[in-house]
Amino acid sequence: MSKIPLSALIGLIITGTYFLGAIFAGVIAPYGMAEVVGDVWEPSSPEHWLGTDQIGRDLLTRIIYGGQTTIFIATAATILSFTTGSVLGFLAAVFGGWIDQVMSRLVDLFMSIPSLILALVILSSIEATVLTLIVIMGLLDSTRVYRLARAVAVDISVMDYVEAARLRGEKFGWIIFREILPNALSPLVAEMGLRFIFMVLFISTLSFLGIGVQPPLADWGGIVKENKDGINFGIGAALYPAIAIATLAISVNLVADWILNRTTSLKGGRG
Amino acid sequence: MSQPLVDIRNLKIGATVYPPGENPKKIEIVHGVSFTLEKGKVLGLIGESGAGKSTIGLATLGYGRGGVELTGGEVHVNGRDILAMSDRDLRKLRGPEVTYVAQSAAASFNPAKQIMEQVTEAAIKHKLCSKSEAEARAVELFRKLGLPNPETFGSRYPHQVSGGQLQRAMTALALCPQPDLVVFDEPTTALDVTTQIDVLKAIKDAIRDTGVAALYITHDLAVVAQVSDEIMVLRHGNMVEHGTTDQIINHPREEYTQALVSVRSIEHEEKAPTPEPVLKVEQITARYKGLNFDVLKDVNVELHPGQTLAVVGESGSGKSTLARVITGLLPPREGKINFAGRSLSSDFKGRTREDLRELQMIYQMADVAMNPRQTVGTIIGRPLEFYFGLKGAEKQKRIVELLDEIEMGEKFIDRYPAELSGGQKQRVCIARALAAKPKMIICDEVTSALDPLVADGILKLLLELQKIEDVAYLFITHDLATVRAIADSIAVMYQGEVVRYGPKSQVLAPPFDDYTDLLLSSVPEMKLGWLEDVIAHRKMESAGN
Amino acid sequence: MHPILLLVLQRLGLGVLLLLAASALIFGLTEILPGDAAQAVLGQSATPESLANLREEMGLNRPALTRYVEWLGGIVTGDMGNALTNKLPIADQIARRMSATLFLAFWAALISVPLAILLGLIAVRYQNRWPDKAISGITLASISLPEFMISYILIFLFAVQLPWAPSFVSINDSMSLLQKLHAISLPVAVLTLVVLAHMMRMTRAAILNVMQSAYVETAELKGLSTFAVIYRHAFPNAVAPIVNVVMINMAYLVVGVVVVEVVFAYPGMGQYLVDAVVKRDVPVVLACGVIFAAVYIILNIVADVVSILANPRLRHPK
Repeated sequence: MSKIPLSALIGLIITGTYFLGAIFAGVIAPYGMAEVVGDVWEPSSPEHWLGTDQIGRDLLTRIIYGGQTTIFIATAATILSFTTGSVLGFLAAVFGGWIDQVMSRLVDLFMSIPSLILALVILSSIEATVLTLIVIMGLLDSTRVYRLARAVAVDISVMDYVEAARLRGEKFGWIIFREILPNALSPLVAEMGLRFIFMVLFISTLSFLGIGVQPPLADWGGIVKENKDGINFGIGAALYPAIAIATLAISVNLVADWILNRTTSLKGGRG
Repeated sequence: MSQPLVDIRNLKIGATVYPPGENPKKIEIVHGVSFTLEKGKVLGLIGESGAGKSTIGLATLGYGRGGVELTGGEVHVNGRDILAMSDRDLRKLRGPEVTYVAQSAAASFNPAKQIMEQVTEAAIKHKLCSKSEAEARAVELFRKLGLPNPETFGSRYPHQVSGGQLQRAMTALALCPQPDLVVFDEPTTALDVTTQIDVLKAIKDAIRDTGVAALYITHDLAVVAQVSDEIMVLRHGNMVEHGTTDQIINHPREEYTQALVSVRSIEHEEKAPTPEPVLKVEQITARYKGLNFDVLKDVNVELHPGQTLAVVGESGSGKSTLARVITGLLPPREGKINFAGRSLSSDFKGRTREDLRELQMIYQMADVAMNPRQTVGTIIGRPLEFYFGLKGAEKQKRIVELLDEIEMGEKFIDRYPAELSGGQKQRVCIARALAAKPKMIICDEVTSALDPLVADGILKLLLELQKIEDVAYLFITHDLATVRAIADSIAVMYQGEVVRYGPKSQVLAPPFDDYTDLLLSSVPEMKLGWLEDVIAHRKMESAGN
Repeated sequence: MHPILLLVLQRLGLGVLLLLAASALIFGLTEILPGDAAQAVLGQSATPESLANLREEMGLNRPALTRYVEWLGGIVTGDMGNALTNKLPIADQIARRMSATLFLAFWAALISVPLAILLGLIAVRYQNRWPDKAISGITLASISLPEFMISYILIFLFAVQLPWAPSFVSINDSMSLLQKLHAISLPVAVLTLVVLAHMMRMTRAAILNVMQSAYVETAELKGLSTFAVIYRHAFPNAVAPIVNVVMINMAYLVVGVVVVEVVFAYPGMGQYLVDAVVKRDVPVVLACGVIFAAVYIILNIVADVVSILANPRLRHPK
């Protein structure tokens, strides 16, 4: 039962490596983040494994620090999105009635506009800082989590075993924490992986457009923006962050897939 | 002897299963079954779920459903081995020679096309006849199968006709290309009992009139006894017994067949009413939110301590709604409920913990009545803790006692519901209800999702527990055989009203009102020729028409 | 009136309501957040007096509701005011850029929709075999990459290493259609890749869902050929879900366009919007934002209406 398939194991290892890299960026990065250590766009060498960037900073160092920013913002936004979305979704499912109606219609409204467009509108009025970015991304995305959490909780709360618990006279606390939550957790955790990927892509896109993380802070989207002109001279500096984003996203996806499969097989028990 | 229509020798069927978190595995689900079927004869294939009967039926069409493969043996139809056929040849077999009637006609008809087009499609596409001939055939079949307005019936869409009618139309679909063999796969199982009898009769007549051979697959021995010449009993992918219908029903040789034949022969002596009923339902009228009609109309029933009141009716009769009203999940518009000498709040939220404890409920689908993330011990232990404050060793001791009472034992205490069989799950639900030491338990179709022998075991257990615990049952069911087995008094419901109510001996004795007569007579009996007798003596047309 | 007509009208009515609410939301967001157009024009160092004067001049002192109604009226009638930065009428800019964006989106849709449906069909036909696995692998990869990454990878390969197509796109009216198509080949390729993955995945799921239904089994057991089963029985029921998938992805395309236009410096709506956000040109952001939202919402309404029209239960009521 508990044997981890190879794909999920690879996903776990790569994801873990990225997170460790983000946490210990200051320790493992060979140079300082803003330190100019060479010429413009030097090719890779024993001193600079990935070469240097558009003003001569070590690219590997930039990517390690950039990963820290990207992963930190994505993680924080995911946590915000998840707590807000699932708490409100559960409340809507359990209370029903007008509370559910008001919240659900509001979420419908927010989801009727693409998040990128909404984010652009908001960012035209306020300063993009790490905090505002996390809040904007987290809240915009929480609408999706809300829908999922509500749907899952509604599905579970009409189950006979929940009805049995209610007829036994159980209080709200027991019903939410002992009957609904344990059964809702795994689909939500799998979704969390997908939301995290989405956040990584979202923040990278914003930074690339120049309205996300602002210099001197570096993040993967920003590094692409800084180095994009190199591409026209055949210099691939901007592609390294691309590889970082893709591998991180794919490995998280593999893990999420595995969790989701494991849940669906546990759920029915009827094969 | 001439060549048989179907000749199956040592058929083996395998399937690929996908166990959670492991690599896919191949398993064998039919282990070498052999039989022959002559032209124009009907063979009944009977067995419980997992016996492999549908798989064998589909094998005569050379078809395996999702991951099922015919792995060995021979399947000859009209002298040719199906397993050796190309896809092209198989397509020529399906339709002109063999056709299939599925359990759920509602799902098996294409929702986007008119019935006529679907019924005639096989005959036209295989160039068996012209379009107009095929349509004439279809109309004739609609007439023969007793469908209303046979001339225009075909122009309707599947969702525009009732379930019973669609099942007949499916039979017409199978007969239209004039095949040699029709495989009927539980064609009446999804229907109400009074509808089932008519569809069954229509199918039987159609088989007789067209002279087609049939494989009739079902789990209900009494049903198959009415239509087949021979019966084959299957279990776990093996043949148990094969004989003429008369031999299987009247002189079964194998122990398993004997058990199937004698199922529902539980004897239960009726108890006299007591002066003080435990439950008194008075003038209950109820409707669901958003509906503009009453689902229950002026319902009055009583249940006496330690006795069983059976509430019988077909789908839509309001019997399950009555359960929801009594439990307080659906507060009625009018009327009141008296329980154990006190008046019950109409909403369960207004009831005391004592009220809730003394009135327990067991559900139809044990699968979803238990939290899949809780162990058997937790499931049974929670009421003990919640109502009686039992903890630790004391609680443990009581859980084991309850597990013994339901004949399962201590070893199940740490199992999860997914690890239990259907019957075991229902037993755990019974133990959970008993743990509250209730005065009364509502049993909502508790045996209808179970195989007959397993259901029998559950009924016996319930009767046994009634003696020990002196608990009263409000038993909701559509199955009159169950009612006969366990009831002390009976309420017959029809379209939201109680049409007949009283002690079992009176309710089941003539003179009957029309509906009760129809209902009683529609329950298939384990004897030959029953179907014809019933149809000949009926007073009322069934509700499904 | 036919009940289905009623349902469609109801859906359209709700759509109009949603459009209004969405425009109010977009307007409201810029309203409740700190800073306004006057602040944006004068910058942080502006004196309170000059701010107050400019606000008076721009009419920002009037109640928000009045300004919303005026703004909405302007959008509907095509008068969107002037941009803060260059004082040019927004409507003129948008008219020009809109056609450029539509040109790009049209070709991307024209290529990606048939391709996605075809590949989705292939994936179903060879379910769990290598073509299916290859398709889902590529899908996973392209879903894991942001649009700008795909763009640069394609630029690196096809504009720099193999100079087949330009990496900066400019089109003008003097170019022939073929020249224009060559000019936009890379952005179209990126957009196609971006929506293709999603569309394929969803088409595959929609067709599989239909193929696993009991009536398809009935058709197979009638001895119909695979083609007849798909064409006569699966297809009529798969139309609605597939149209739905297409519409959802066209809506997705609307967002993809923003990033792709920036990468290729393509003078369309997306670039205009991003530019305005960077320059804090609120009126332009509002106008572009509401147009993007409207396109997205309208596509979703079309999808809804199609699934109502395709439902046999609604088309042929009891």
